[in-house]
Amino acid sequence: MIDSPIISVRGLRKVYRTGDVDVNALRGVDLDVQPGEFVAVAGPSGSGKSTLFHILGGLTPPTSGSVSIAGNDLLAMTDRDRTRLRQKTVGFVFQKYNLLPTLSARDNIEIARYISGVSGPLDGEFEQMLALLGIASRINHKPRALSGGEQQRVAIARALVNHPAILLADEPTGNLDTENSNAVLGLLRDLNERLKQTILMITHNPEAAAYGHRVIRMRDGQIEK
Amino acid sequence: MINKLVVENLKHRPVRTLLSAVAIGVQVTMILTLVGVSRGMLNDQKQRSRGVGADIIVRPPGSAAIGLTGNFNEKILPFLQKQPHVAEATGILVAPTGPLTSITGLDFPAFQKMSGNFRFLQGGPVRNGDEVVVDEYYANEHKLKPGSTLHIFNRDWRVTGVFEQGKLARIVTPLKVLQSITANTGKLSAIYVKLDDPALTDQVIQQLKKNGLEDYQVISMEALLSQMSVNNIPVLKAFIGVVITLGVIVGFLVVFLSMYTAVLERTREIGILKALGASPGFVLAILLRETTVLAVIGTLIGIGFSYVTKWLITTLVPGSLMQAIVPDWWPIAGAIALAGSLLGAFYPGMKAARQDAIEALAYD
Repeated sequence: MIDSPIISVRGLRKVYRTGDVDVNALRGVDLDVQPGEFVAVAGPSGSGKSTLFHILGGLTPPTSGSVSIAGNDLLAMTDRDRTRLRQKTVGFVFQKYNLLPTLSARDNIEIARYISGVSGPLDGEFEQMLALLGIASRINHKPRALSGGEQQRVAIARALVNHPAILLADEPTGNLDTENSNAVLGLLRDLNERLKQTILMITHNPEAAAYGHRVIRMRDGQIEK
Repeated sequence: MINKLVVENLKHRPVRTLLSAVAIGVQVTMILTLVGVSRGMLNDQKQRSRGVGADIIVRPPGSAAIGLTGNFNEKILPFLQKQPHVAEATGILVAPTGPLTSITGLDFPAFQKMSGNFRFLQGGPVRNGDEVVVDEYYANEHKLKPGSTLHIFNRDWRVTGVFEQGKLARIVTPLKVLQSITANTGKLSAIYVKLDDPALTDQVIQQLKKNGLEDYQVISMEALLSQMSVNNIPVLKAFIGVVITLGVIVGFLVVFLSMYTAVLERTREIGILKALGASPGFVLAILLRETTVLAVIGTLIGIGFSYVTKWLITTLVPGSLMQAIVPDWWPIAGAIALAGSLLGAFYPGMKAARQDAIEALAYD
């Protein structure tokens, strides 16, 4: 039996207004992602990958079309609903890690829980995940004391701390050397396989894309057939 | 967790945090010093007025609540001395020697009789024309002792004694001498009246007003002392209001600039928080909490600085201004600092709260 898609996108359009000019960033995207799938999204700069990522993550509303994320209709969502979506349903991993520089790695993870309304120390299960991610011994350091690979692993831990239905990773290896890239990609695949974590990963790198179950290619705001 | 973030953010830029807190502290110091000086001067004057031992004071028409400005003819002194229930009456002349200092002319025997214990700590009373006695406070501040010289009105005055403070004036000379030197022969600044029964004060005041002193200010010492508060001196009250307003504006500007810079600097971090699901209210709360911490630290610094200003005043302008430490104004000054600071943080806070997450995340 095939599950209903956790991400379902139909005829998605997004128009940005830059000055007096309308920019069509997405021109009718159709996409289904099944629960537990690891999908790589590839394509050149300006193809609409990031815009798709931002809409699926609830960072910006779509202009038209239909988008369903874990059963939530994004078009019908208010700003507050999208804020809640980012707290509970979607986790982000960014190319530049985007850790808060003033907080330790542990606090960076805990603040994500705090924002989602959960307080108290991390549970034992999550501590095991930190060990799996290889950052348990570095957890009390601030980002400036961590290598790029360590920072990205902390960012992955932060994205997963609220057990989101979907992990959105935007060029997660873009700032890493080959060794760290392979480690991070291996971790993502491991998380996908062990936890059945749904992952949507944007990448320029064909080798990175190959870690996914399938690769979607975008060009000019559309998914290539 | 949010408090941890607030503290870490403030620690992350220690110089900016310290400068902002100090600037808020200066604003608090301005308020505490002004109120402290006002109260210190008034309390000092109260204490010295109380030390006269009189029940009633008679002053010229239209004189101010504090300060003995304006003179009148001394002929009413014998008139007063003859009135029923008047046990003693003595006149004084006050001549300013500077913006905040004055010399007082007294009829020593009469004043001694009224105030009772005009006690000398060093030396003794004035015997010749060019002599003065000073109170303990003035003597300490100016390092004076019997035999020292004071230069007032372009002449040298020999100090013959140092008296216990709290007796009307700081520098005292015989009434006739001061009247002569200041070309105020036959003039007085005030007359102090002691009654045989202090309970009759109001009755005697009514009588005096009926019997020819209707144009004069005839008030009980009790009423005079109660008038000696900041609220009864419109100019001072207005001045304090101006300083408080300036304080709020300074706090507003300092925090506005500090928080505006912080928001610009932390644009990316705000984007991160929003990506994690932080609401606009959460982002605003972080900045407002940071501001509150700055205002509290600034208030503590300001309170500390008020002790410094007291020391500076005592050291640099001895024997003139007196600053009281005013703990009852600490929360008021703190609240004013907090209000100005929160006003200053509001616009940067709203800017941060409304920040577009995608633009913020793209910010370098």
